Amino acid sequence: MDPEPFEVGRAVQEAINILSSSRNGVQISEALGTIKCYLGGTENQAPLKEREEFTHVHFSAFLRGLVSNLSPDWIELLTSDQQKELWDSFFLEGPADQAFLVLLDSIISTGPSFRLMKVISILEQFLQTGGMSALMWEVCHQQAQAGLPIFQETLLNKVVCLPDHLCNKLQGNNLPIFFPQNYFPLLATEIIQVLQRISDSLRGGLDCSISFVSQVLGKVCVHGRREEILNVLVPRLMDLTKVDCIWQRMCWRLVECVPDRWMEAVVCGFVQKAPGADVLSRLLGNLVVKNKKAQFVVTQKLLLLQCSYVTAVLQNLLGYLALDSLRRSLLIKVLKELLETWGSSSAVKHCPVEQQLYVSKAILICLSHLKEPEIESNGQELLTSMMGGMKCHLDSNLPRVRRLGMIVAESISSRITTDGPSLKFQYEDDDETRELKSLLQTAPLQLPVTDLPNAGNDSPSATPKAVSKPSGNPHPAAPAVPEEGSDLELDSDDDLIPYDMSEDKELKKMKAPVYIRDCVEVLTGSEDMDKWEATMKVLESLIRRNSATTREVSMELVKVLLHLEEKTYIEGFVELRKRALVAVTITDPVPVVQYLTSQFYSLNYSLCQRMDILDVLALAAQELSQPQASGKNKPRSTQSPCIQTVPGSDSSQNWRRIVDERIKSKTRHLAKGQSLVEPACGPNKFSSLAGHFFFPLIQNFDRPLVTFDLLGDDHLVLGRLAHTLAVLMYFAIHTVAAAAMGKSLLEFVWALRFHTDSYVRQGLLSAVSSVLLSIPSERLLEDMTDEFLETQSWLADVAEKDPDGDCRRLAWQNLLLMENLLKKLSVPS
Amino acid sequence: MALPPPDPQFVLRGTSAEVHTLHFYCGGQEPDYPILFSGSSNGLIHVWNLKTRRVNTILDGHGGKSVYWVEAIYGRDRLLSQGRNQKICLWDLAEGRNTVTDSVFTENVGFCKCSLLKVAQGHWLMAMPGKDLDEVQVLELPSKTSVCTLKPEADAKPGMPMCLKLWQPDFGSCPFLLAGYEDGSVILWNLSGGKILSRLACHQEPVMSLDFDSEKMKGVSGSSEEVLTVWSLDEQQNLKVQKTHKLVNAGIADVAIRQDKKILATAGWDHRIRIFGWKNLKPLAILDYHTATVHCVSFSDHSRPSERLLAAGSKDHRISIWSIYNPTSGALHCPLETRKPD
Repeated sequence: MDPEPFEVGRAVQEAINILSSSRNGVQISEALGTIKCYLGGTENQAPLKEREEFTHVHFSAFLRGLVSNLSPDWIELLTSDQQKELWDSFFLEGPADQAFLVLLDSIISTGPSFRLMKVISILEQFLQTGGMSALMWEVCHQQAQAGLPIFQETLLNKVVCLPDHLCNKLQGNNLPIFFPQNYFPLLATEIIQVLQRISDSLRGGLDCSISFVSQVLGKVCVHGRREEILNVLVPRLMDLTKVDCIWQRMCWRLVECVPDRWMEAVVCGFVQKAPGADVLSRLLGNLVVKNKKAQFVVTQKLLLLQCSYVTAVLQNLLGYLALDSLRRSLLIKVLKELLETWGSSSAVKHCPVEQQLYVSKAILICLSHLKEPEIESNGQELLTSMMGGMKCHLDSNLPRVRRLGMIVAESISSRITTDGPSLKFQYEDDDETRELKSLLQTAPLQLPVTDLPNAGNDSPSATPKAVSKPSGNPHPAAPAVPEEGSDLELDSDDDLIPYDMSEDKELKKMKAPVYIRDCVEVLTGSEDMDKWEATMKVLESLIRRNSATTREVSMELVKVLLHLEEKTYIEGFVELRKRALVAVTITDPVPVVQYLTSQFYSLNYSLCQRMDILDVLALAAQELSQPQASGKNKPRSTQSPCIQTVPGSDSSQNWRRIVDERIKSKTRHLAKGQSLVEPACGPNKFSSLAGHFFFPLIQNFDRPLVTFDLLGDDHLVLGRLAHTLAVLMYFAIHTVAAAAMGKSLLEFVWALRFHTDSYVRQGLLSAVSSVLLSIPSERLLEDMTDEFLETQSWLADVAEKDPDGDCRRLAWQNLLLMENLLKKLSVPS
Repeated sequence: MALPPPDPQFVLRGTSAEVHTLHFYCGGQEPDYPILFSGSSNGLIHVWNLKTRRVNTILDGHGGKSVYWVEAIYGRDRLLSQGRNQKICLWDLAEGRNTVTDSVFTENVGFCKCSLLKVAQGHWLMAMPGKDLDEVQVLELPSKTSVCTLKPEADAKPGMPMCLKLWQPDFGSCPFLLAGYEDGSVILWNLSGGKILSRLACHQEPVMSLDFDSEKMKGVSGSSEEVLTVWSLDEQQNLKVQKTHKLVNAGIADVAIRQDKKILATAGWDHRIRIFGWKNLKPLAILDYHTATVHCVSFSDHSRPSERLLAAGSKDHRISIWSIYNPTSGALHCPLETRKPD
């Protein structure tokens, strides 16, 4: 048997004994010196075998002994030089992994004391002198010869959680170097150091494992310190991989070796931090092809399951997929999946608009990367999914969703049919549409990074030049070509300055009719378009001026107007017709409203006409309910054709009114002059009519006709109906019928509360707001307690779970209103 | 911001009929006052005193049929007038007389106005529509002898002449006639040979009116469509379209170039008078006063440029008088002096 092991063990044991018992400085320093020989690096070092044994077996125990003996009077036995040389150096020069573990363990187990301070200062030095890179290097080195998994696991935990441990221990006295925002960047530079050493050893022909570094990276990322570490790591890696293929391989390997459970965090971080698709491709290599998890993250999770990333990330990601032939098949697969989501009617209905925007962007970027042959081979499939998706987008009631559908469909069709007519929709351009369209314009990425970057090392720097060249036009727009003729007439009549000629409009030749009966005649029979146009323009004012005559022909007139079609283009025809209808309705409310409400549910009307009926009723109710001085300063309905009154927002004005009243009551007026403006007042004409407007409309919504099915396909009208009912309810405030109206409206809401269309739900929610605002709170709480409570629970549900942001907001608003009502009621009692 | 267009200087009312033609005579010396002749649809010719802005005399010689051309001859004492009763009358207005001293019977029943050109002291040429529908006759006045009859060849078929303009180049002696026809073409006739020199189809609709600037050798024509056309005459006596201007509303009843060749006025069926710069047809102003079609525009021949007036007669029985783009008139009517330093 070899006696040597015992020899080393005995020496260590002796030293520990001396350290713990002796109070003699010389003795202690001698003991330490003896042990130091085993560390090597001094002139009289122990034989290699003994050194190895010491580092493998006894080092940790010895360090623990050192730490446990640490106390102020003990350390004073050594001079400060000796402290540094004999005490500190064990930690800083010995095997870094063991030293680090011992340091952290003792920090965790020690309470606030001198020992803790000493250990922390050692740890600080350890970090500052590159201890971490030594540590990782050592582990990597060992791993090549199969290290201990449990030991590595502990080490990993300690490395990543160091800031947490120290923060817990030191609380307010923490040192800056242990702050996460300082520690992780430091760790990143240390990682680079390790990688540098690994690359050197690889070049030297030595095998080396990188997986511990990958684990560190993965664990840091998953602990939410992605930003800190990658902000330093990615730029450095970017530079290093630019010219060196070994570095490139190492970088690929670094990401590949990240355990699956941390892969997502790392990949997301890289995708976000990489400044461009080519860089990303350089850093990740063909990771998505090799690693299932990464593939899932890139092709599914980042694209389909969330929408928080900015467009640049999407461009990185899809550009990365497009850059390599192996990955291109994934790009096509991704596009198909995106299109499937885009074209699924349930997704269109239930996804938030932001998500849909995100998917649309992704589709457009994919399209911009596809090449002609790829499109050709998948043309049929693209066309099919485009048709389906377009249909469900155009079905939507939200204009933004419709527009998204239009843009994506246009883009797909323009890519499928390069020559010949492509789809073209009419919509107004805004920032969003312009951004989307610009995505399609982005030129396919520059040349993919070659596999041998050494050969093409200057290509990345060359590309920007190549890009900038075509944009820089050496010839700016040539100076304006002199206009013809100006040469021969230099003394032209510049001195004759034109007058304002903006009044030069098309002359309307036709004289407008003066009598309402003439108007009816013209509108029904006349073929003279000029006359017809002139009639449309004066009709509203005629009706308002001659209310007696209008009453005689009101039914006839309203029928004509309701069925009126735009025979020839007139500016603002829809608005003119609507205003005329409103005027008739106001002049002779009862029969006209009866007629309109009955026609709303009868056969053979277009959706547009039905919605017009709703609009007219709402506008008429508004005008009737507003006090006015005998129609003199009639409120010009400034509302757009689409009524979007959200009465809920009025609650914010209530408090102001209350505050004003309070101020008024506390203010003493010494001399009361005449009040400045007497607010217009008059009887609310709507109060006696509210029922006529409301009940016929709410009655029949669940009875489908052949051509009109509110609960089926015609949900746009249903949404409009809900909004209109809300408006009517709102204007019925202070009327006798309000309570009854509110009750049936709440029932209506209850019946439709799970409607799939968000526009309908918005209507219902604003209806609830109107009910809350218009009905006296006593009535609401006493007569309709059940409905009230049911609605409240539904609202709470909507506020939490509804996919549509506007719905959630409205629901919150309603809940707030309800709470206010309850508070108001409880205050007096 | 451009200035709003000016208001009329004054308005003459009292013709109690549509005003079809206007003619200034302002050449007289003091104490003679400037005169405006107007012919209206009730057959009366009003002689307006532009100083008092009142009617001086009313001449009734066309049997209640509308008068559509008047022009002074022999200074202010003689007047030619053409009416729908197919007569061209010569009036003696000297010393307060108002009698028809002579008349020519035209066999034409169209609306074509005559054109008068002074060729020598005491000698005039007058072009008038002839007996046949497409014929133009030129008479020598005062002898009333027919100088020539201009009839297009049988296959040309330009239709009826709609407007005439006799002119003479500054240096040459041989007078020319420009005639606008029903088919939209303008024809240049050589009176001495009775031959067509050039024909330019410049409109789709009948040419309602034309005027010609013999200095710059270019003219302008308006028709019932919404285009105003400027054409030029080159040395080879060819008419060429030089420029067209699209109007907002169709129909030009009359065009007139001011004597100083600076501006051009048009009478529009859209009730508006339009002013253009003559050099490059730059739109300058829209004078919107009348409430019915404007039938005629005319520039005064004041000897002093600053007093020059523009008159317009309309279907609404009124004659509006404007002072516009006069070199030294008041600031209100001349944007020249209110030019901004931009």
